[in-house]
Amino acid sequence: MNMRNYIKYIGILALGMVACEPEFDNPIDEQEAYNNGEADFSNYVALGNSLTAGYADNALYITGQENSYPNILAQQFAKVQETQEFRIPYMADNAGGLLAGEQQIASNRLVLETLFDENGEPVQTPKVYTGMAPTTNVLNKLTGPFNNMGVPGARSYHLLAPGYGNPAGLMEDPATANPYFVRFASSPQASVLEDAVAQQPTFFSLWIGNNDVLGYATSGGVDEAEITDPEMFTGVYTQLVSGLVQSGAEEGVLINIPDVTDVPFFTTIPNNALVLSAEQAANLTGFFQAVAGIFTQVLMQQQVPQEQAAQIASQYELTFSEGPNRFVIDVPETQTNPLGFRQMTEEELLLFTIDRTAIPTQGYGSAAVSPQVMQVLGILQQGGQPTPEQAQLVLDAVNGIDDKDALDTQEIQNIRNATAKYNETILNLAQANGLAHVDAAALLNRVATEGISFDAGMVTSTFGSGGAFSLDGIHLTPRGYALVANEIIEEINATYNSEVPTVNVGNYGTVTPSNEVGN
Amino acid sequence: MVFALAGAITYAGGYRVGVQGQRALAMGHTGVAVVNSAELGFFNPAGLVYLENQLTISAGVSAVFSEVAWQNETTGENARTDNPAGTPFYFNASYKLNDNLAVGLSVYTPYGSTVKWEDDWAGSHLTNDIELQAIYIQPLISYKIADFLSIGGGPIYVTGSVNFSRNLSRTLTDIDGNRSSVTIDASGVNEWGWSAGALFTATEDLRIGINYRSEIIMKAEDGDADFENIPNTPLAPFSDTTFNAELPLPAELTVGLSYQLNSKWLLAFDFNRAFWGVYESLDIEFANGTVSGNPRAYEDANTWRFGAQYTATDKLTLRAGYYYDDTPVQDGYFAPETPRNDSMGFTAGLSLDVTSKLAIDASFAYLRFDEVDASYDYYVDENNQTVPFGGTYKSVVFIPGIGVTYKL
Repeated sequence: MNMRNYIKYIGILALGMVACEPEFDNPIDEQEAYNNGEADFSNYVALGNSLTAGYADNALYITGQENSYPNILAQQFAKVQETQEFRIPYMADNAGGLLAGEQQIASNRLVLETLFDENGEPVQTPKVYTGMAPTTNVLNKLTGPFNNMGVPGARSYHLLAPGYGNPAGLMEDPATANPYFVRFASSPQASVLEDAVAQQPTFFSLWIGNNDVLGYATSGGVDEAEITDPEMFTGVYTQLVSGLVQSGAEEGVLINIPDVTDVPFFTTIPNNALVLSAEQAANLTGFFQAVAGIFTQVLMQQQVPQEQAAQIASQYELTFSEGPNRFVIDVPETQTNPLGFRQMTEEELLLFTIDRTAIPTQGYGSAAVSPQVMQVLGILQQGGQPTPEQAQLVLDAVNGIDDKDALDTQEIQNIRNATAKYNETILNLAQANGLAHVDAAALLNRVATEGISFDAGMVTSTFGSGGAFSLDGIHLTPRGYALVANEIIEEINATYNSEVPTVNVGNYGTVTPSNEVGN
Repeated sequence: MVFALAGAITYAGGYRVGVQGQRALAMGHTGVAVVNSAELGFFNPAGLVYLENQLTISAGVSAVFSEVAWQNETTGENARTDNPAGTPFYFNASYKLNDNLAVGLSVYTPYGSTVKWEDDWAGSHLTNDIELQAIYIQPLISYKIADFLSIGGGPIYVTGSVNFSRNLSRTLTDIDGNRSSVTIDASGVNEWGWSAGALFTATEDLRIGINYRSEIIMKAEDGDADFENIPNTPLAPFSDTTFNAELPLPAELTVGLSYQLNSKWLLAFDFNRAFWGVYESLDIEFANGTVSGNPRAYEDANTWRFGAQYTATDKLTLRAGYYYDDTPVQDGYFAPETPRNDSMGFTAGLSLDVTSKLAIDASFAYLRFDEVDASYDYYVDENNQTVPFGGTYKSVVFIPGIGVTYKL
């Protein structure tokens, strides 16, 4: 056989091997398998905040970025049509902390530490990962452009702000730049929107506005000015959407703002976590009777008629019973509530960051009944008359939950009002521009109230074990982001007659256990 | 050739690899009643005594090219195996002591599997890859009781090894997102078994054969279990250890006949029943006492085989065959380490007499599988939830093989 024939036979053999590859009737790895409908996913750009960046466990880190909902979407889009590489401004590590030069400006991610108590029961606590020092220096510029433009911490108007990525702005007080955008802004003066538009996206997603109300919420509703004015929000949001649409991305998806009361940061510690024995309950009830009695005296000394004084003071005659009781909370001192405290109402919320050890040790949320106070209570019980100083000692022992650790009814209402107005704007702009609209608020409410079933159980918002929320109690886990991605896909498919496949949320992880933690 | 280690793709029901003779394979792997060559050492040792020459040797090797594709239309996930070519081999020698008595030696690889999926593919919590090998070594004796009846058989010594790797769960990773996995490895696992057969010569042209090969349970003891990418937490208390496990190589009963139609044509039919029912579960017991249970619930399975041989010239013999192979894998137990559904085999081959003593045997088999929607429904995750893994599977196997027959 000569060489030419030999080669020919090799060729035939090779052909035979190719022909023997298994082929499906409907192979999904071919581009025609799914339909992009009226949408063009070829250059998808995602705008937003931490939720868009894939932030989780109080940090941004590589695996979180990989499991961000925009990256999940991009991977699914790539199964539908030919798409450009979805570029992500990856962090340098999975530790998550940030450096600006030598200085550490953000701590590492949280991981779930597991220890065992004396009964062998596991005790799990979120703690800062110490397995490695952070290596992401925000002053190391990345070369873009990047498709995932989620900037942790950004509010709606930040996306329009020139200089939001200017390293010099980090040093100002207050800072005018964001360390995450500093990493990948195309120039010191660029705005997020400008950098997005410059990429000439064919499709975009926008999930912004959470921080416009979240900062107020996570600081316990102390400063109402922390809430972005809804009219300003509407103006900003309109500019963002029209900027993107006019850049050529005529198709896209707008995602609305979930209710903060659906996230574990505000729901994990119940407002009735004041658990008392019968004796403790009786003592506290007695204490607040004393408070009411003393305050009646105080009012009468201020010439308030006895009947009226007793009536005003009666609101402080709080009663406690064995088992869980609602906490006492500090409120502004007013004419009707001159001492400025009351018991929490059913819907009021405590923040995850509250000092839980102070509840039993310092009577935080009820009263700090010291031996000196006990002494005064003893005097009262025997019908004695305490001195004004002693009386004041009792009044001062009331130790209500600080404003910064709770959201009261009014604060919750402020948040809800703003969120509702933002969401109205988002819905209106989606409809006006023919964009897909995702009701993330409804999705996360479903997660919080009934859970969402998947092939291995339920995803709920229970802290630590529910699967949806990461260890910071606000941001999602990969599984939570996958749920969001599926919801987005379904809305996109409904809006644009596309057939983007959804993902199996069971393939996405939840919280990361590790005992490489500090104290 | 004999020393080429058998790494063979699972390609007859379960991890049975029906490639024990080029002549037989070319005829649909029939042979329990075909007196043709020393391949009888595997198919029915009772027939060895009928071989004409004093010494007959048959040896050969095949290359098994197999690929399995998986896809899930709901999620758009897909994966393909990247299996190295398997090389099942056989060596059969038969020596005739007198007209009524022959002895022989056979070495063959009836069980084996090499399935290699892409690392961390969607089903990696069930299998990343598996490599299973078993070499049978069998001394034989064949005795003619009467002109119409002979019997034969012998003890089987098996030496085998297994290497199996999978991820620990669908989501567990170390801090950097590397999937936590376990690899178990055991080699030098040795066991004994036996086979015996009878061949009944009804008329000059019609033979009827029966052969039984015993079940052999491979017991891996103190194999190595190697855990990788385990996060630093008492929730994942995995460190390298040893394990015990049992893997059955099931018994197989074959009955069949051959009919010499005329001087040119020989027809053959075999019926196999493989007693896969013994494979209930793959239980891996680690040294610390934890057991990884993997229900398999195989059922006994049948194969119907048809073959024909045409003597074209005095130097050239042509063969063709067909078989239908029932899978032992039941609904809901379709695990990607043995992704098997019913298949049809189409076979062909030839023998060319190079000299009066030496013939070259070649065969080619193509196995056709229907596309199948299947799932494995018995995976239990870290939260004790039973999580099915399914999708659409499609397999293709083709097997070119070459061998020699030497007669003295």
